[in-house]
Amino acid sequence: MTNAEGPAGLTSSATGGTPKVKVVTSGVTLRRRVLDLSENRELLASLIRTEIKVKYKNSILGILWTMVAPAITLAIYWVVFGLLLKNGIPDFVIYLASGLLVWTFFANSIVMATAVIVARAGIVKKVSFPREILSIATVGSQSVYLLLQWVVLALFMVVLGHSPDWTALPLVPLAFFTVLLYAVAFGVLLSAVNVYFRDTQHLIEIFIQAWFWLTPIVYSFWHNVHGHGAAFLSWIYLANPITPVVLAFQRALYGHAVITNTETKVSEQILPPWHLGSFYGLLGLSIIGGFVLLGIAIRVFSRLEGNFAEEL
Amino acid sequence: MTELAVDVQGVTKRFRLFKEKHRSVKERVLHPGRVEFHEVWALRDVAFSVPKGSTFGILGHNGSGKSTLLKTICGVLQPTHGQVVVRGKLAGLLELGAGFEPELSGRDNVYLNGAMLGLKKSEIDAVFDDIVAFSELEEFIDTQVKFYSSGMYIRLGFAVAVNVDPEILVIDEVLAVGDERFQRKCLDRVREFQEQGRTIIFVSQSPEQVRMLCESVVVLHHGEMIFNGEPSEGIRIFRERLNEMGEHHVGAATEESLDAPPTHAVHAPASILGVQAGDPATFGAVATGDPAAIAVTVESTLAYEEASVLVEIISPLGISLARLDSAELGHPIAIQPGTTVLTMTIPHLPLLDGHHQVNVGVSARGEHPLYLWQEQAAAFEITYAGKAEGLVALDATVTATST
Repeated sequence: MTNAEGPAGLTSSATGGTPKVKVVTSGVTLRRRVLDLSENRELLASLIRTEIKVKYKNSILGILWTMVAPAITLAIYWVVFGLLLKNGIPDFVIYLASGLLVWTFFANSIVMATAVIVARAGIVKKVSFPREILSIATVGSQSVYLLLQWVVLALFMVVLGHSPDWTALPLVPLAFFTVLLYAVAFGVLLSAVNVYFRDTQHLIEIFIQAWFWLTPIVYSFWHNVHGHGAAFLSWIYLANPITPVVLAFQRALYGHAVITNTETKVSEQILPPWHLGSFYGLLGLSIIGGFVLLGIAIRVFSRLEGNFAEEL
Repeated sequence: MTELAVDVQGVTKRFRLFKEKHRSVKERVLHPGRVEFHEVWALRDVAFSVPKGSTFGILGHNGSGKSTLLKTICGVLQPTHGQVVVRGKLAGLLELGAGFEPELSGRDNVYLNGAMLGLKKSEIDAVFDDIVAFSELEEFIDTQVKFYSSGMYIRLGFAVAVNVDPEILVIDEVLAVGDERFQRKCLDRVREFQEQGRTIIFVSQSPEQVRMLCESVVVLHHGEMIFNGEPSEGIRIFRERLNEMGEHHVGAATEESLDAPPTHAVHAPASILGVQAGDPATFGAVATGDPAAIAVTVESTLAYEEASVLVEIISPLGISLARLDSAELGHPIAIQPGTTVLTMTIPHLPLLDGHHQVNVGVSARGEHPLYLWQEQAAAFEITYAGKAEGLVALDATVTATST
């Protein structure tokens, strides 16, 4: 191999310019870690692409499966709740899907991110990069699936002739950002903890299931919780950072705060009768909490990361 | 040369080895505070600096902490105390193709691996063809990596690592893999890197490669840095420690089997009291090309007119390099009753460096024939400051003749 065959500019960059300085030590500041993460954006994108490619490698439909599966699920829900087990809520499948899709994203992200450091021990032990990227990439690939599933939901809304509340639609990106923040924070935190306590990945599945039923996804926050419980119960619900997210999605995509029950012909308040400002306010609080949690998660991760290579 | 590429500052790494790992909650509850462990100091206060543009070797036997040190430099492990300051982009070849995803094609893996080494997609685009050309995997670049042979895997891994334009390249014994031709190619690329003024940190158990490539070395022994300086001296110290460890093992073994003494005296009238080998004056280390001597002290009750001494020199790998018989040299020697020292001198020792063993025999004809033989009677160190490889140093010249 002669010099001429080497990559262009090899010599110049090796000798000129100020090289970046990296310090390997046990004490790294939060700011440094966040900077490292942002420097590795390309790697994050690459890992997300890899994860998606690997998942659908050698399958004919490929990534379309992400859309086929929820399409069939939604069709089943439409048959079950619209034709067989009528609960009286018109277009219940839209109500359900507006909360369920985002929840499924949240749950899958956390469960899969929790296991990712242990699962990819080979890389973690041999290659140096901010390892949180692995957890974040898992959440990232799940986000891609969620976006595609929303396309399916949009198609369903068109077919059923159910229009969203256009004025509330700006809630969607904000609510998505909120849930993304929590998914990343929990994913980063738990993936590090799982290296030391391998039970974490099993425990989290149970917690997620309990959490699912504590979030008003298949039932109505206003009708079933606020209407029947004491006031403190509503506050407990709102302390769950995912409740405002789900409520915002329902508010924007389902749109109808008050519905006429198709069975009893009685008018019901299924979504909170708040102004949109309250939804923004709740999401804002969730976001603040999410950033605090993310900060803690990255700190904990960086403390535990030092011994990953020997624990795995 | 004052600019430092890598500055290792008092790095200490402690591992906790648990007797039994109680990783699950159930076990932690059942054994509260009973997690027994002992501490292993993989590295103790190791400090050295690698000037920019130099090629630096790290020598150490298995378990000396060199892999831990390397992982710390690469940032895979964090030190317990101290820090490593790295100036410039570092590509670590701890394991070739470590980040490969078997399900993906070679092409996708090049991009993934490049991203792990800190490259942008556009930067990988620019060197992609070079990577493929270097790896010689043009036909297979779109094949899933899981169908690659281990050789192909390594070729692609090395090709990515050397083409990502690192300012500091860290190589962990990876040059020992692949077929000979590809090894050659890798070594050429490493040399090219040296010429371009890049910094290379090279870890090996092979002193030959270290001598060939490195300007200075660090020797690690049980986590401590015992030497930092010239490669030839470092290699000597490395071998010395390796042999100490070896003798330790041999010693332990012979204590158990005392019934096999190494000296076989067929007849009792004489015995070998001791053997010394090495520098004729001091019996210390000998440099290649210098005189060496082997001195055999014999105690005899009888006188022998025509005795001969036989010396066998064994290479560090156990190859018999030379068998010198004084009888064939035409110098019959006489042994008087009492103690006699028989010295065999080699005016110019052509052997290359390493820890060499000496087997010694003394024989004599006569009324009471004498056959004394001692395996591994002595050992001596040969040091070598040159760059040649192999077993012997030969004076060679080269000419070019046009036809």
